[in-house]
Amino acid sequence: MSPASQAKDAPLLEVKDLQIEFKTEGGVFRAVDGVSFSVRRGATLGVVGESGCGKSVSSLGIMGLIPTPPGRYAGGEVLFEGRDLLKMSAKDRRGLRGGRMGMIFQEPMTSLNPVYTIGDQIIESLRAHRRVNHKEARERAVELLDLVRLPSPSKRVDDFPHQLSGGQRQRVMIALALANDPELLIADEPTTALDVTIQAQILDLMRDLSDRTGAAIMLITHDLGVVAETCDEVVVMYAGRVVERASARDLFQAPMHPYTLGLMAAVPRLDEKGSRLETIPGSVPPPWAMPKGCRFASRCPLATQQCRAEQPPLRAIDGDRLVACWRAPIEEIAA
Amino acid sequence: MKPLVLEVDSLTKHFPLGGGLFRKPVHVVQAVSDVSFTVAAGETLAIVGESGCGKSTTGRAIMRLTEPTAGSVKLDGEEVTALSSGRLQAMRRNMQMVFQDPFGSLNPRMTVRETLMEPILLHGVASGERARHWVDELLKTVGLAEHHADRYPHEFSGGQRQRICIARALSTRPRLIVCDEPVSALDVSVQAQIVNLLQDLQQKLGLAYVFISHDLSVVRHIADRVAVMYLGRIVEQAPAEQLFADPRHPYTRALISAAPRPVPGLRTASEPPEGDAPSALNPPSGCAFHPRCPLASDICKQTRPELGSVGAGGTLVACHHADAPAPVALEPAPPVSASLAARLAVLAAARQAAE
Repeated sequence: MSPASQAKDAPLLEVKDLQIEFKTEGGVFRAVDGVSFSVRRGATLGVVGESGCGKSVSSLGIMGLIPTPPGRYAGGEVLFEGRDLLKMSAKDRRGLRGGRMGMIFQEPMTSLNPVYTIGDQIIESLRAHRRVNHKEARERAVELLDLVRLPSPSKRVDDFPHQLSGGQRQRVMIALALANDPELLIADEPTTALDVTIQAQILDLMRDLSDRTGAAIMLITHDLGVVAETCDEVVVMYAGRVVERASARDLFQAPMHPYTLGLMAAVPRLDEKGSRLETIPGSVPPPWAMPKGCRFASRCPLATQQCRAEQPPLRAIDGDRLVACWRAPIEEIAA
Repeated sequence: MKPLVLEVDSLTKHFPLGGGLFRKPVHVVQAVSDVSFTVAAGETLAIVGESGCGKSTTGRAIMRLTEPTAGSVKLDGEEVTALSSGRLQAMRRNMQMVFQDPFGSLNPRMTVRETLMEPILLHGVASGERARHWVDELLKTVGLAEHHADRYPHEFSGGQRQRICIARALSTRPRLIVCDEPVSALDVSVQAQIVNLLQDLQQKLGLAYVFISHDLSVVRHIADRVAVMYLGRIVEQAPAEQLFADPRHPYTRALISAAPRPVPGLRTASEPPEGDAPSALNPPSGCAFHPRCPLASDICKQTRPELGSVGAGGTLVACHHADAPAPVALEPAPPVSASLAARLAVLAAARQAAE
C-alpha cells in the first residue's frame, strides 16, 4: 500500500482512550472514562446515549472546549488527521475550530450572537480563517445561506437572529459551520429543540450537504430514530464509557450489549401498537458512586460476580463489532 | 358505552396583544379555536401537534388555569367554565394535571410528604392518621417507597420526580388527569417506566386522560383516540389505530412520515413539508395548512374546511381533499431478527428468574 492511500484510509478523527475529569465540591469525578472511537472521511458517526452518559462532554472535549478548571483532561489522545488536538497550542486549535472542524449546537438561539446580523456572523467566521475582503465574504455568506435553503438569502443575510424561526436559526448555524469547507462537522443534538417536520428538513439538509461536500459528521444525540436515519456507524455510551460500537444496520438489527437491547425495547414504535414497553429498572449510578466493575451491572439481569468486580473491555465479537460486556454474545447463555 | 367524563365543546382561547386599559387590543393571538372532543372513563385522548399549535393552551383552558374565551367544558356533566372560584376549587378535586417539567413543578422547599399532604388536606380527602396512610399508599402506587416521603425534590431523579407529580395528581382521587408532555423531558428508559405506570393506573382506577404530546410514537402507544392540532384547530380526530393506518389530513401524514424511526434504511414515503408553521397572530386565509400543503388548490386558500366525518372508521377531518388518494404513510418495519429475538428472550428470562 502506498503512503498516499494509507493516509486516505486513515480515519479523519481518532479518539483514543479519552479521559475527562471534573472537580466539584463532592470530589473529582470522571465524566468520560476511556472513550475510543474514530470517524472516517465522508461518513456519519452517531454517538448515542441517555443524559449523563458523557456524550456531550466527549464532543466538547474533542473540540478542546472543556473549561479547565473545573475540567481536566486526564489522559488520552484526540487525533485529527494524525495530529493530537490536546497537545496543540490554543491558537492552533482555534484555527481548526470553525475552519476544518465545524460545530453545530442544540440551541441555535444561544449559539448565535443576538446583536449582530447573521450575515456579519458568517462574515466574521470567514475572515477569521481566510484572506477575503468584506465584499467577497458577504457574497459567500449569501451563497452559504442559499446552500442551507434559507428563503430569499440575499435579503435575510441582514436579519438578526431573533427575526428567524427556530428551524431557520438552525439553518444559519449549519451555514456558519460550513463556512470554511470543514472536513468534519460535529453536531451536538442539532434537532432536539425543533419540531418533527422541521427536524426532518434539517436532517435531510445535513445528509444532502455531507453527500455534496464530502464532510464527515459526528452526530451526538439521544434519539435512536435520528441515529437510524442518518448514521453509518454508531457508538453507544453509558455512564462515561463506550459500551458498544457497530454499523448502524448491525446495531439496530441485533444489538449486543444488554443496555442497548434494553434501550431499543423501551422505544415505543410508530408502526405497531406494542403491548407493554420494556423498561430498564433502576437508574444510572451517580458519578461519585461509580461501581468498580461494569457500570451497567446494577441494572443488568445477567450480571455475575465478574461483572461487578471487573470492568469489561471493549472487545471484538462477530467480525468488526465491539462490545464491552463479559457475557456477550448473550444468546449463548444457557437458559 | 362508558360514561363520558369530559365533554369539550367549541373551546376557544384568544389572547389580546397590545392596547391598554382603555384602548382596544391591537392584535389577537388565536391560540385555540373551536376545539371539541369527549373523553370517557378509562379512555385516553391524545392531543398532538407541534409547538404553538395550541395543545397546551387547550389543556390549561380545560382546567381553567387560563380562562377560556368561549365554549363549554363539562366534567361529569357539570359545566366547568361557569363555576364560581369557590366551586371551581372543589371541582379541581376531580381533575388534576401532570406537567412536562418535573423539576419546575415541585416546590423545592417542601418534602414529598408535604407536597402530597397539601391537596389531601385542602380538598378534605382525609385528615390526621388517615391522611398519612393515604400518602404512604400513594407512594407505593407510583412505585416509590415510604422512606422517600421525608426527602426533598432535589434528592430525586427526573423519573422519580415525575412519579411524585403523578402521586400528587392522584391524591384527590380525580376522574380526569390532563398530562401535558409528561414524558418529554425524560430519557427513553425512564420514559417507558412512566408510560407503563400511567397505563397501569388507568386500568386500576378507570381514569380518563387527556394526553398532550408532540411524540407520535408515544401517542400511538398510549392513546385510544387522537386529535391532531394545527394552528389552534383540530384538523383530524380519529381512533388511534385508524389514524395511523389511514391518516386523512395531509398534515397528519406529514407528521407521521417525518417522525424518525429506529430502523436504518427505511425511507419515508413523502418529503417533509416545506417552510415553518405560520404564526397564530396572523393565520393564513382559508385552510391554515395550505402554504405548506402538497395538495393545496384554490379553494384551500379561500375557504376554511370544516371538520367533517370521512369513511366508516370514525375519522373527523378538516380538509377539502380528504378523499384524495393518500400515499401509504408508513413503510412497515422489517420483522425482528432471529438473533435480536433470542437475545431479548435471554434478558427477559433472566429478569423473571431474578424476580
